[in-house]
Amino acid sequence: MIDNDSSDQALIRRIQAGDKAACAACIDKYSPGVYRLALRLMQNEADAEDVMQETFISAFKSIGSFEGRSELSTWLYRIAYNAAMMRLRKYQPHTVSVEETETADDGGLVPTQLFDWCCLPERDFETAEVRAELEKAIGALPEKLRAVFVLRELEGLSTEETAQALSISSENVKTRLHRARLWLRERLSPYFTELARAQEVN
Amino acid sequence: MPTENCRHLLHDLSDYLDGNASAEICAEIERHLADCEDCTAVVDTTRKTVHLYRKLPPPEMSAGARERLFKTLDLNEFLR
Repeated sequence: MIDNDSSDQALIRRIQAGDKAACAACIDKYSPGVYRLALRLMQNEADAEDVMQETFISAFKSIGSFEGRSELSTWLYRIAYNAAMMRLRKYQPHTVSVEETETADDGGLVPTQLFDWCCLPERDFETAEVRAELEKAIGALPEKLRAVFVLRELEGLSTEETAQALSISSENVKTRLHRARLWLRERLSPYFTELARAQEVN
Repeated sequence: MPTENCRHLLHDLSDYLDGNASAEICAEIERHLADCEDCTAVVDTTRKTVHLYRKLPPPEMSAGARERLFKTLDLNEFLR
């Protein structure tokens, strides 16, 4: 999670005044979070790095017009999200919008995986393979659910900050987070069910 | 998940797991869970899914990526 504190105000003023040390400090503070968001949206390191570079180039260029209506971190996430979306659109120009995620009722996400795998021994969840499976599932999330899930659940932004970063309402953040959780549970269940059944056999 | 009660539970599940559901809704959910094995599995595995993601170690940026970022922005002098 990125910390927001009053020192950001001083940092912003210094960057606006052209202070390069302040730019470096801003990068050191916020690039890890920007990179994680970019990586999880783009799903590969090369694109994530490009998105991160574009984010800071664009941020420092337009910092003069930053009015502080949001936190610096939220503003950077917003720039990164937009840069990632531009890039994804370029790769997949015919991607269908997932606006239906707001309009569809829960019928679209009725659970079909009903095996209770939650009580596997903890060590079975702590493997590199499980971690890879969790990351892969994030990459498979519908695009708009993915950004909300990453910012709200993984980066620890508040509902309001997530809403600001993605230019959507707080209500939409809540709906999409809920749908993302159900979607991930459904997606991961066959994998964990198999793991649990293999345990039973052994 | 055939019943109306199951659908209600599904709708309120995130609020319930995050501790944001009213006492009334919590009580309703818990009453339903006592009788519904399928919903119990969904609640348990959704809670576990959220927990696993919260514990997931964050991916790290390579030192090379940080270095290239500094160079691109003409900030080499601040690399350390």
